[in-house]
Amino acid sequence: MLPGFTWRVESEGGGLAIAIGGSLTLEEAAGLWRRVTEVLERERRFSRVSIDLSQVESLDGSCLALLVHLRAELGKRRVPCEFVGAGKEHRKLLELHGRRRLKRRPRRRPRNAVEQVGQASVNVFHATLHVLDFFGELIVAAATALKRPRSLNLRDVTLTMERAGADAVPIVLLINFLTGFVMAYQSAEQLARFGANIFVADLVGLAMVRELGPLMTAIIVCGRSGAAFAAELGTMKVSEEVDALRTLGLLPLRYLVLPRVLGLMLVAPALTLLADAIGIAGGVLVAAATLDVTPSAFITELQQVMTSWDVTSGLIKSVVFSGTLGIIACQQGLATAGGAEGVGRQTTSAVVISLFSLILLDAIFTVLFGVLTS
Amino acid sequence: MTDPLIRVRGLTLGHTDRVLLENADFDVARGDVFVILGGSGCGKSTLLRHLIGLERPIGGQIEIAGVGAPRLVGEAPEYGVMFQSGALFSSLTVGENVAFALSEWTDLPQPAINAIVRAKLALVGLEAAEDKLPAEISGGMKKRAAIARALAFEPSLLFLDEPSAGLDPVSAAELDELIIVLNRALGLTVVMVTHELQSIFKVGKNCIMLDKESRSIIARGDPRALERESRDPRVRRFFRREAA
Repeated sequence: MLPGFTWRVESEGGGLAIAIGGSLTLEEAAGLWRRVTEVLERERRFSRVSIDLSQVESLDGSCLALLVHLRAELGKRRVPCEFVGAGKEHRKLLELHGRRRLKRRPRRRPRNAVEQVGQASVNVFHATLHVLDFFGELIVAAATALKRPRSLNLRDVTLTMERAGADAVPIVLLINFLTGFVMAYQSAEQLARFGANIFVADLVGLAMVRELGPLMTAIIVCGRSGAAFAAELGTMKVSEEVDALRTLGLLPLRYLVLPRVLGLMLVAPALTLLADAIGIAGGVLVAAATLDVTPSAFITELQQVMTSWDVTSGLIKSVVFSGTLGIIACQQGLATAGGAEGVGRQTTSAVVISLFSLILLDAIFTVLFGVLTS
Repeated sequence: MTDPLIRVRGLTLGHTDRVLLENADFDVARGDVFVILGGSGCGKSTLLRHLIGLERPIGGQIEIAGVGAPRLVGEAPEYGVMFQSGALFSSLTVGENVAFALSEWTDLPQPAINAIVRAKLALVGLEAAEDKLPAEISGGMKKRAAIARALAFEPSLLFLDEPSAGLDPVSAAELDELIIVLNRALGLTVVMVTHELQSIFKVGKNCIMLDKESRSIIARGDPRALERESRDPRVRRFFRREAA
């Protein structure tokens, strides 16, 4: 297909004169680009270039951008280039498209692995400082709320208990039942080999109440409520609702964060007790089905080995876990900046930091309780 | 000017990476409708956030009613704020949004709060939207609801960030009328950020114009007089909507 524009090139006195005519629209952009690159490849032979646009009938932004690009590239190579004969409207368009030269940002130097690890360590340190700072402010907010109980947003406490507690019961029951079930199933064969069938009760019961009940529940709460808190507060932050709250005389920490953290801490022990019970039920089922251990024998064995401290230590863990993940989620949510992308980033960050903190805290508790009870 | 409501001296503000305004001085008189003008990115909304107390300045002083800058430390609001997006609480109805400060900071019984809410919503023409959630109303209605919320605690000072931006001409004109009525009838001092020329000339009594390049106030006074008399090309371009 013939091009819809004409391109006539003449050499004159060391310079290059280009005369363009016809229609320069998006359909012709590919053809025009070929002509432009030809000129750029030959440019060193000429001292200047003039482009005559007097015969151009129509000119759109895309072709104009290519011509402006040609002029800019020639300019960089110290070859003066000018447009001549353009109509008034086309001259205006050329000015608008090419009048400002933005300063290029210096390209970032790629960082080596050591530098990246160092930067990541500094970031983790700062993030930890922010969470600790936030925790301190929350303590002050809690003290103020104790002095002025009316200032506490009780509505959000109950709402959090409902959403993070009652609404989470089915998933907590399912996950923990399966946890107890799998643990008993995996150990059944080994225990049967030594004739130690009854010890499945010790294994499942103690592991559930001391470790897995609180931990699995905290992980579920983190995934459900922690992410929800971070996203909810993050959205409030970017939509200026948090600022509006402050201008109405209410502090976000006292009004938004404290009720959520408190609600989680109140509901977590109840969820953990349910998790313990259903996890043990999973063990009872496997024990009865594969090890010939009756439910009553299972429970009797459990009563002999399990102390109230085992249950209490699990409940203490659950309170600390839920408080920690509530604080981290809210802190990350309130640190949101930059719109929808920022909300997503902070929500991910809240879940990752919370999970890491849960595992770390669990390890600390295991050692601490081990020392205390030895 | 005697006894200004807002006194700003030597104010320097900006973000962590750049200063937007340096060493600015200005006063806002009681009963004024004071407009902060300037091109995009010159720091108008940032200045408003500093006046409100949402951000701390790099340097200088802001005094409101003879005391230091507002600190937003959890006390009953002394002034009303309407944010550019409205910033209504999305989980509450329009009525609950307007009632928010009254419920939190007064001992008024619920029927009394309801009566005040209805009156404030009627003032902004939103009686029918009391039970709607913010997501169910238009952008213009959100702005009017935000003004009703800002007025609920009977402030003597109202901050408005781009009140008529994004509104159709009729809604914008109605909002301008509302601001004039509030100023004249209630003696409310209004500080607003806007670039809407019609609004500026209609409601503004005094203004300052910020400039991005010089990071300073380049004009101050009655916007109508500035439009007629200013010889500063930047001011003339702004008021005449001329390209640079």
